[in-house]
Amino acid sequence: MITKRIIPCLDIRDGQVVKGVKFKDVKNVEDPVAMARFYNESGADELVFYDITATVEKRPLFTDILERVAAEIFIPLTVGGSINSLDDFDRVLKAGADKVSVNSGAIKNPQLISAAAEKYGDQCVVLSMDVARVDGNFHVFAKGGREDTGMDAVEWAVQGEKLGAGELVINSIDADGVRGGFDLPMLEAIAEKIDVPIIASGGAGKMEDFLQLFALPGIDAGLAASIFHFRQVDIKELKVYLSSHGIQMRL
Amino acid sequence: MIAVIDYGLGNLFSLISSLKALGAEAVVTSDVQKISQAERLILPGVGAFGDAMARLHSIGLDKLLQEQAASGKPLMGICLGMQILFAEGYEYGHHQGLALIPGQVASLEADLQQSGYALKIPHMGWNALTIHQKDCPLMKNTHDGDFVYFVHSFYAKDCDEYVVASAEYGLAVPAVVNNGNVYGCQFHPEKSGKVGLNILKAFIELEA
Repeated sequence: MITKRIIPCLDIRDGQVVKGVKFKDVKNVEDPVAMARFYNESGADELVFYDITATVEKRPLFTDILERVAAEIFIPLTVGGSINSLDDFDRVLKAGADKVSVNSGAIKNPQLISAAAEKYGDQCVVLSMDVARVDGNFHVFAKGGREDTGMDAVEWAVQGEKLGAGELVINSIDADGVRGGFDLPMLEAIAEKIDVPIIASGGAGKMEDFLQLFALPGIDAGLAASIFHFRQVDIKELKVYLSSHGIQMRL
Repeated sequence: MIAVIDYGLGNLFSLISSLKALGAEAVVTSDVQKISQAERLILPGVGAFGDAMARLHSIGLDKLLQEQAASGKPLMGICLGMQILFAEGYEYGHHQGLALIPGQVASLEADLQQSGYALKIPHMGWNALTIHQKDCPLMKNTHDGDFVYFVHSFYAKDCDEYVVASAEYGLAVPAVVNNGNVYGCQFHPEKSGKVGLNILKAFIELEA
């Protein structure tokens, strides 16, 4: 059977890996190619790269990094950040991405999901969404978590799946960077309505958090950044631990 | 020299990178002469069965691949490239394949439902291989339980005697198939880490 997946996420700005706490106060960690190599060796099932470069002029730096990573890392690569058009899909796919994740671009133009799914296949299109609680409801946020769209997260997930997204990344803004565990109630609310694979993101602090995560039905992967970057959790150890608790892992 | 058949389908970046990493010389081409001169052929592909066959036919490569396979040259199909090695496909209608391996390609979802499995489609992610033909040269560096990366919604069936390895996803899904000098991988060896590279290496080392 298909294993659950452990996915380290690398936020890249101007050619460097960065990781913020609650998306602010970002600091450098390491060189992206070296980190990708490290994760490949430590048993990561997939890598996610987000391009958070602010200016269009510096964007080729990211494509260059992606090509260098893809040339030597032979596991699936998902790429996101500033994907607003089919041309953006094309650009990162040609640089070695296997899947492309859309976020704000799909909020602005939901048809981007269906157009990309038709052109590249559902499996290539990942809908990534940043979610936070507003007055007891789950809202979708745009622009890297800065702007409340007022959209209901469960409804947006359902719509994204209908439009052809082959996978969803659900990132909890409330839990992000706090390391207090994944946002289980929010993930459960979405997973109940969704058939495509769900990658949970935000809040992982220790190995037990992943065990709790995979106890939820409908969750296929756990994504994290800082705990892996700062080597607080070792991916190999994590996978052995989960496997010993009956979770299917690629060891 | 390995010719990776270029017919406009799929992303070849990783495949070419992994062949390079293994030290193999590879060229992406649809040129008849280059394909004829190559020592071995890889037929990649992502998309739909009928579209893939139509594209191969429109540039005359369907016949060429059949001739090349008949000449004994090692040929490996990957993902959709594996599926069109079979005689028939039932993705959006009924289509003739290259017929280099007896069998057909059908909807995994329909057959899973019929067997009472409610599993997600596509069959996507890392799954373990069960090797049925351990003497197959493509498997010389591969072991039972090795994980490879799948992304597909259709699968090969009615081809039991040609199944070298399978992966369990409700049904036993053919993962590696072989008929003489013709090989196929349903998964993506170029995305399957060290295990995948080992399989590509075995293909490169097949006697041509």
